[in-house]
Amino acid sequence: MKQFIARRIGYSLLSLLLLSLTIFLFIRLTGDPASLLAEPGASAADIAAIQKKFGLDQPVWYQYIYFMGNLLRGDLGESFYYQTPVLELYLSRLPNSLLLASVAMSFSLLLGIPTGILAAVRVGRFWDTVGKFFALLGLSLPSFLVGLLLILFFSVYLEWLPSSGSGGFLNLLMPAFALGWYFAAAHMRLTRSSMLEVMGSEYIKLARLKGLPEFKVIAKHAFKNALIPVMTLAGINLINMINVAVVVETVFAWPGIGRLLYEGISFRDFPIVQGVVIIGGSMIVAVNLLVDIVYAFVDPRIRLEA
Amino acid sequence: MLNSTRNSASSDVMPPLLELRNLSTHYVSASGSRVVRAVDDVSLTLHAGDTVGIVGESGSGKSSLALTLLRVLPPAGRIVSGQMLLDGDDLVPKPENEMRRIRGKKIGMILQDPMASLNPLFTIGDQVGEPLREHEGASRSSAWKRAIGLLKSVRIPSPETRVTQYPHEMSGGMRQRIVGAIGISCEPRLLIADEPTTSLDLTIQLQYLNLLRDLQKEHNLGLIFITHNLGIVAKMCNFLAVMYAGKMVESGPVSQVFNNPAHPYTEALLSSIPRMTENRRRLTAIEGQPPDMSNLPPGCAFAARCPRAFDRCRTEEPPVFTPAPGQTARCWLVAPESRATGAVS
Amino acid sequence: MSVTARDTAVANAGSVREWLRDVPAIPFLILGCIAFAAIFADFLAPYDPQFGSLTDRFKPPFWQHGGSLAHIFGTDHLGRDVYSRLIFGARVSMVVGFTAVIVSGVIGTVLGIVSGYLGGWVDQVIMRLTDTWLALPALTFAIFLAAIVGPSEMNIVIILAAVYWTRYARIVRGEVLSLKEREFVRLAVVAGCSKISIMRRHILPNVVNSSIVLATLMLGVVIVTEASLSFLGVGVPPPKPAWGVMLSDGKQGLMVGYWWLTVMPGVCIMLMVLSANLLGDWLRVKLDPQLRQL
Repeated sequence: MKQFIARRIGYSLLSLLLLSLTIFLFIRLTGDPASLLAEPGASAADIAAIQKKFGLDQPVWYQYIYFMGNLLRGDLGESFYYQTPVLELYLSRLPNSLLLASVAMSFSLLLGIPTGILAAVRVGRFWDTVGKFFALLGLSLPSFLVGLLLILFFSVYLEWLPSSGSGGFLNLLMPAFALGWYFAAAHMRLTRSSMLEVMGSEYIKLARLKGLPEFKVIAKHAFKNALIPVMTLAGINLINMINVAVVVETVFAWPGIGRLLYEGISFRDFPIVQGVVIIGGSMIVAVNLLVDIVYAFVDPRIRLEA
Repeated sequence: MLNSTRNSASSDVMPPLLELRNLSTHYVSASGSRVVRAVDDVSLTLHAGDTVGIVGESGSGKSSLALTLLRVLPPAGRIVSGQMLLDGDDLVPKPENEMRRIRGKKIGMILQDPMASLNPLFTIGDQVGEPLREHEGASRSSAWKRAIGLLKSVRIPSPETRVTQYPHEMSGGMRQRIVGAIGISCEPRLLIADEPTTSLDLTIQLQYLNLLRDLQKEHNLGLIFITHNLGIVAKMCNFLAVMYAGKMVESGPVSQVFNNPAHPYTEALLSSIPRMTENRRRLTAIEGQPPDMSNLPPGCAFAARCPRAFDRCRTEEPPVFTPAPGQTARCWLVAPESRATGAVS
Repeated sequence: MSVTARDTAVANAGSVREWLRDVPAIPFLILGCIAFAAIFADFLAPYDPQFGSLTDRFKPPFWQHGGSLAHIFGTDHLGRDVYSRLIFGARVSMVVGFTAVIVSGVIGTVLGIVSGYLGGWVDQVIMRLTDTWLALPALTFAIFLAAIVGPSEMNIVIILAAVYWTRYARIVRGEVLSLKEREFVRLAVVAGCSKISIMRRHILPNVVNSSIVLATLMLGVVIVTEASLSFLGVGVPPPKPAWGVMLSDGKQGLMVGYWWLTVMPGVCIMLMVLSANLLGDWLRVKLDPQLRQL
């Protein structure tokens, strides 16, 4: 067990190293990192200063150590536009992103889990077909398109909901729906397949043999077991949501991390873009590690394997 | 129709505990093009206190028969004909909600895999007491108390602490005894055990079989024992039914069938009988493969593997013959006319 | 007995999908139409997609009051003909989508084969890299790359290939690991074939089905990513009529009710992605039932 966790932590550290190396090398790949790292429209003197600051006149390995050193100290550089450290900007936007992601997640689970169960229980019949159709639609409609169509309908024609900004609960509704839409489909699919697997298990058979009504068989014996993989995915997806929210946050002008990334692109504010990628990738590596460790505690087979 | 050779006077006036009349269960594929006759025209009678052993290779229909009895077939399976009389009351036409009150209450069942039969997320006490709460309206606390008693009756040490534990904290043998406790929790009249010992160690197996026999005597249960181990049948059962390709090819009192098997398949099974010391061996000693159930040959399904098959076996399906009182066999070799003409070599 | 509950459940699953599986005609037809529009855009489009007359701005589609058959789907904020832009947009989506899928598929398949067949440190390096890149959130990673290399159609293809090759590498490697143990590969080893020729002649033909199935399924993903990048302004550069760019432009007219600037390109993206997904599902079942869990 300890060995397993130690190995997983080792892999994660290796992943983080490769992640930093990837990002570092991509920036150098353009041949002219100074102009990327310098403010748009910077003077020749400014660029020379940048070159000096990041050691761009030094050999590549030295530059990498410098880059890593900054990363480890939590220094992701400073935004040109805001004149603030990127980490600070990131952390100031994080609550907004988490709020949006949580509401979107709740929505996706509230929609995905019941429909997934319904589809599994009625497998091959009407509701299963309806569910499949929506899952397909969910996976095929890009979230920004859903967002734009929602604005068109609820803000422009019905004038029920504000089209952008933050503040009230009403501001949250449409972005959360647009963001959760895709994930609802993914959660529905997983709930359905997980439920089908559990329904075929021996303990469900035994529950039926006990003479329990079908409702109790499903609600008590199948539901809890089927939910474990769904909740795992939901945990990972919460982090994913923060990272894919960029288009939805742009559409609705929601001041989260996605919006920050969009500002980074539009103002040619490269440190922001770089910072968001690094933190996003690190978060996902960390969540994967966390899931593996939790699973190792829950599933005795992994424990034995280690 | 068969009859177990019980000579007790009561069986003549009282209806038998369970009587199957020409029962057939088919599995139909989604497109309707493939039909598997998993249980085909099976008849059987069982009295209280009797133990019937049902033997056959995997895929012979013995587990489907058990699922049919409780009407918990997978969606593709349906009972197409026949009757299942429990105390003279036919279960086949019963609506689902009435059938539910029979499952776990009048008929208990023990599944084969103790490691997978218990829900990993609920305590033992919850799962053992569940049928009591469902069928007898027992309160949570009284179901809990009775669960402790049930664990005691299946010889689980320190049941008071075991009820609060989860399945993964128990050994395989202990879990199987818990599954047994669930099976008898509502004091059913009939208990079906589907290969309940295959995954257990030898000593645990013997203990478990002894436990089942004691429980049966204590409650005067009818016991249907599904197995592929004839050694277990010899130990546990007084009546034997042999299944092959969905059909009951031979049946009769254990001593009668063991001494004078009428069907060549039974004969082959008996000659490959594993001793208790090597009981993990499956019944594979017979040459050839079991037939494709969705595409059975005309005539007798066993003919291709039968050392004594003749022309008629390959063209015409044998009906049920009675070679001796209480014994039946679906084989042309025991047909009165073939015995008369001496076709038996 | 051979039929279990699970089998039947799978066999029964989804009559709409089942039906579409047997008749993939609709998605096929839609993709065909889009491909046709992309190829013959110069003949089909009545106007230049990049220039319009400023006197004809924000004309609605012909069936709405103020619209005319001159511009059947209306005009945008620069007076450009929406219908013509949609047709040329099909070309952008098709070219970018297919090239990106092919490039990433080739890179991923080759690396997957090499990684799986050679094993050892080569495998370690490639798989660690694959895992790391898979951990990067695809859209954020793509935006990062776009910010570095700047917007152009060519760069979009490179970016999409860089982001998505890992999916192929992962799956192909898994298949190669099992193929490696198969009789015909062992025979080839015994017969003294070189590693390269074994990979090319014995392994590649056996994994190419999975790659094709995955490529079809990835087509939808790639198109959505391209549209997202274009929408954010780091994809196809603006005067070009990409559907994502059109949606971005259409946002200006959205609040005043110029719905066609959003709905028209939106419907195009949706139809194309939906068709690609349905076709991918169908191919998956047809070519490689083992890939069901993809």
